[in-house]
Amino acid sequence: MTALILFYVAGFVTLAAAILAITRTNASHALIYVVVALLAIAVIFFLLGSPFAAALQIVVYAGAIVVLFLFVVMMLNLGKSSVDRERALLTRGIWTVPSLLALVLFAVVLFALVSGDHEAGAEARMIEPKEVGIALYTKYVLAVELAGVLLLAALVGAYHLGRRYLADRREEEKTS
Amino acid sequence: MMPPTEHVLVLALMLFCVGAVGVLVRRNIIFILISLEFMMNACAMVFIAAGAKWGQPDGQVMFMLILAIAASEVAVALGIVIQMARRFRTLDVDAVSELRE
Repeated sequence: MTALILFYVAGFVTLAAAILAITRTNASHALIYVVVALLAIAVIFFLLGSPFAAALQIVVYAGAIVVLFLFVVMMLNLGKSSVDRERALLTRGIWTVPSLLALVLFAVVLFALVSGDHEAGAEARMIEPKEVGIALYTKYVLAVELAGVLLLAALVGAYHLGRRYLADRREEEKTS
Repeated sequence: MMPPTEHVLVLALMLFCVGAVGVLVRRNIIFILISLEFMMNACAMVFIAAGAKWGQPDGQVMFMLILAIAASEVAVALGIVIQMARRFRTLDVDAVSELRE
């Protein structure tokens, strides 16, 4: 029963954070909500008996991908005075709602730990990381190789697109 | 006790719809990419829910592949965003319609 309540709370947090994220005007404020939504999704994965997927969701999505977004957003600080931005970042209104949503999530996890039935998903069977690993490197070994090739292609593509001289050459064409 | 699969599917559907609305409504490319992330997460949630329903690890394997796809997509897309900001000095996707001409 508790797992059900936790699921609905986490689902509410996910949807609320997602809606707030796509309605922001400032990209870095939106990314705070994105982190909250991704953490809420990780809680749902955990409740569904997939602890390894939950951990990966936090490490790769909330950790790596959102940080990549943040780097680009901060890099592209398009002409605005950074002092104003910093001041705007520190106003209370921007921090309260994402923090409240994150607090709800924290309360959910805390409640799950305190109430002692964090094995709640085990009734339907917890899928251990060991099983996932075995499936990944036996049945799906070709898919793993394809994912590796895809990541290599993305690496080369990102490197190519990030080069500066593509933009410089265009400037030369314009001036000539 | 695990959440009922139908409810997880409904939640994933709602999340996907939020992402789809974001892609359609927003014109800032950063927000479009964020919305795409939400849509991918909704798909991942469906995979996890299905894997949990049948007690198989396949759902989580598919989740990892989605993770790899999302990471590659973000890397390439953010490279495009950087080029866009350098060339057009804007992140508005409507401003980048040179192919139309």
